[in-house]
Amino acid sequence: MSVLINKNSKVIVQGFTGNEGTFHATQMIEFGTNVVGGVTPGKGGQYRLNKKIYNTVKDAVDETNADVSVIFVPPMFAADAIMEAADAGIKVIVAITEGIPTADMIKVKEYLSDKDSRLIGPNCPGIITAEECKVGIMPGFIFKRGSVGIVSKSGTLTYEAVDQITKAGLGQTTAIGIGGDPIIGTSTLDAVKLFEKDPETKGIVIIGEIGGSMEAEAAEWIKENGTKPVVGFIAGETAPKGKRMGHAGAIIGGKADTAQAKKQILRECGIHVVDSPANLGSKMAELLK
Amino acid sequence: MNLHEYQGKEILKSFGVRIQEGIVVNTASKAVDAAKKLNKKTGTKWWVIKAQIHAGGRGKGGGVKLVKSLKDVKSVSEKIIGMQLVTHQTGAEGKKVNKVLVAQDVYYPGESETSEYYMSVLLNRATGRNTIMYSPEGGMDIEAVAEKTPHLIYKEEIDPKSGLLPFQTRRIAFNLGLQGKAFKEMTKFVWSLYTAYEKIDAALFEINPVLKTSDNKILAVDSKVKLDDNALYRHKNYVEMRDLEEEDPAEVEAGKYNLNFIKLDGDVGCMVNGAGLAMATMDIIKQSGGSPANFLDVGGTANAETVEAGFRIILKEPNVKAILLNIFGGIVRCDRVAQGIVDAYKSIGNIKIPIIVRLQGTNAAEGAKIIDESGLKVHSAITLQEAADLVKELV
Repeated sequence: MSVLINKNSKVIVQGFTGNEGTFHATQMIEFGTNVVGGVTPGKGGQYRLNKKIYNTVKDAVDETNADVSVIFVPPMFAADAIMEAADAGIKVIVAITEGIPTADMIKVKEYLSDKDSRLIGPNCPGIITAEECKVGIMPGFIFKRGSVGIVSKSGTLTYEAVDQITKAGLGQTTAIGIGGDPIIGTSTLDAVKLFEKDPETKGIVIIGEIGGSMEAEAAEWIKENGTKPVVGFIAGETAPKGKRMGHAGAIIGGKADTAQAKKQILRECGIHVVDSPANLGSKMAELLK
Repeated sequence: MNLHEYQGKEILKSFGVRIQEGIVVNTASKAVDAAKKLNKKTGTKWWVIKAQIHAGGRGKGGGVKLVKSLKDVKSVSEKIIGMQLVTHQTGAEGKKVNKVLVAQDVYYPGESETSEYYMSVLLNRATGRNTIMYSPEGGMDIEAVAEKTPHLIYKEEIDPKSGLLPFQTRRIAFNLGLQGKAFKEMTKFVWSLYTAYEKIDAALFEINPVLKTSDNKILAVDSKVKLDDNALYRHKNYVEMRDLEEEDPAEVEAGKYNLNFIKLDGDVGCMVNGAGLAMATMDIIKQSGGSPANFLDVGGTANAETVEAGFRIILKEPNVKAILLNIFGGIVRCDRVAQGIVDAYKSIGNIKIPIIVRLQGTNAAEGAKIIDESGLKVHSAITLQEAADLVKELV
């Protein structure tokens, strides 16, 4: 078992013929991901990497039964690409693109609210189910199949956690990079709920950072409903204050969003918070012993 | 991207939001001309001289003054232009004032009392919707209001399907206790303000205070406007409003190399790929007994050129005692980064402080080998803990 994606997932790449799209599609195929085709409007019928290109996501889904899409479309067209994937019935949409305007994402969130699609990202490194399926840009070789689920806002910090978990002899079920934008499709809590339901996942790592209240929200749910050990790390203890403009953002969030305040809330909810990111792996190993 | 008060007001006005009128100038003699012009245009007899810097708390810092004669317009402008204005948001060194806004006096006496309100428009991240936040407690620090009288902060969330609706503008005006002409003015004010927010892809509007004048007009006395950087490609006309003098020179320089740099005041510099790992690296420096001198995210392309630029920017700070490079290679190959470090080191020459290089991920061992065999005064580490221990040992 795993969450969101597995070896049966049929993946299409939107923005397939761009540099990024082609490069990462190659890497995904090497990892073992079942890439069934790509979408680039106007290039339908051509082939790349021996996979067929379609003009629309609908065409791709009709012909291949794809259920997962990964998006490498430039920021100005990315919101449209996400909505096109949802319209075509794609179940898991992974948006890698960085720099999508917030107003576009407000529209996307509203559009997805009555669709049967889950969005991961945008501005995220994607998802990997170890030794089965990679959808995104994470380095596949640091993963090893095991029992830990990882959810993270940050890219390279996710790799750090994955690497430590592998070296601690534990391995991962699935790692989800949810992205760091103000509006994202899947929250920390959404990911935690998925891991809680997955019988193969024995422990959960949450990696967060300053800003927003997603980690606190997840922690409070865990306090009431969680059955698995959770290790947490919040980056940004030394991040400068006042660099963000608009304290209005913190007020409207309702909760203190400093690293210290978040760690405090996580600890109160029974999460094993490590102060140093170097201890993520050893802490989880200790808990799963 | 942050805008000055006068730039924000110009934009608001172009969308029909009533503002306190003003003219921006950079010398005292131009301030006098501006004051005369405002007198002709608005009839104002008094003026407010307002320092234009990107920071709040200007009034308390002495950067906003009411003046009652042209002679005082000149002398006060002379004092404010060129001053180092210190507020709770600028840090101890303050910010140099290059321009002042000469504005009309809007607190004139009349048929009713004046009142000040607070209003902001921003994204509620929890719901993914734009929200108008407002309070009858205007003119004050909104954080203090949130703490002492949270029931006096109201929110109006905008459904993206329908946009702002007229009943919402009425509810705002009722909650602010308005009636008659001021009520109508407020509904129009809110409508224009929100329209502007959507049309220009703003990331934040904060109008504090919104003023009800003694003749029942509603207008924006101040404006804090932040634009969504990701949407600037749709608003080329606003891009030129960026004031580089308001930004840290090192941060501007870093931007040229696509490096995301924020200067701090510690003694250990760092250079990292990825924002989350960069923050975590700063945390580790502190836990190892140092204090981070900067935040620096080199992004997905750590090569010789960017590493050299990063080194040069960090080395400009005389109190930096060591530099920690922390790279987790995914797509980026560690051996290439290592070669970049060696090349940059040689190109700069004469680096006197210790450099700690932690390379992990793709080709990490090859990278460490290149560093170790280079003969440079560089300490290499593979795990995060090793890097932390080296910081402890060297600082």
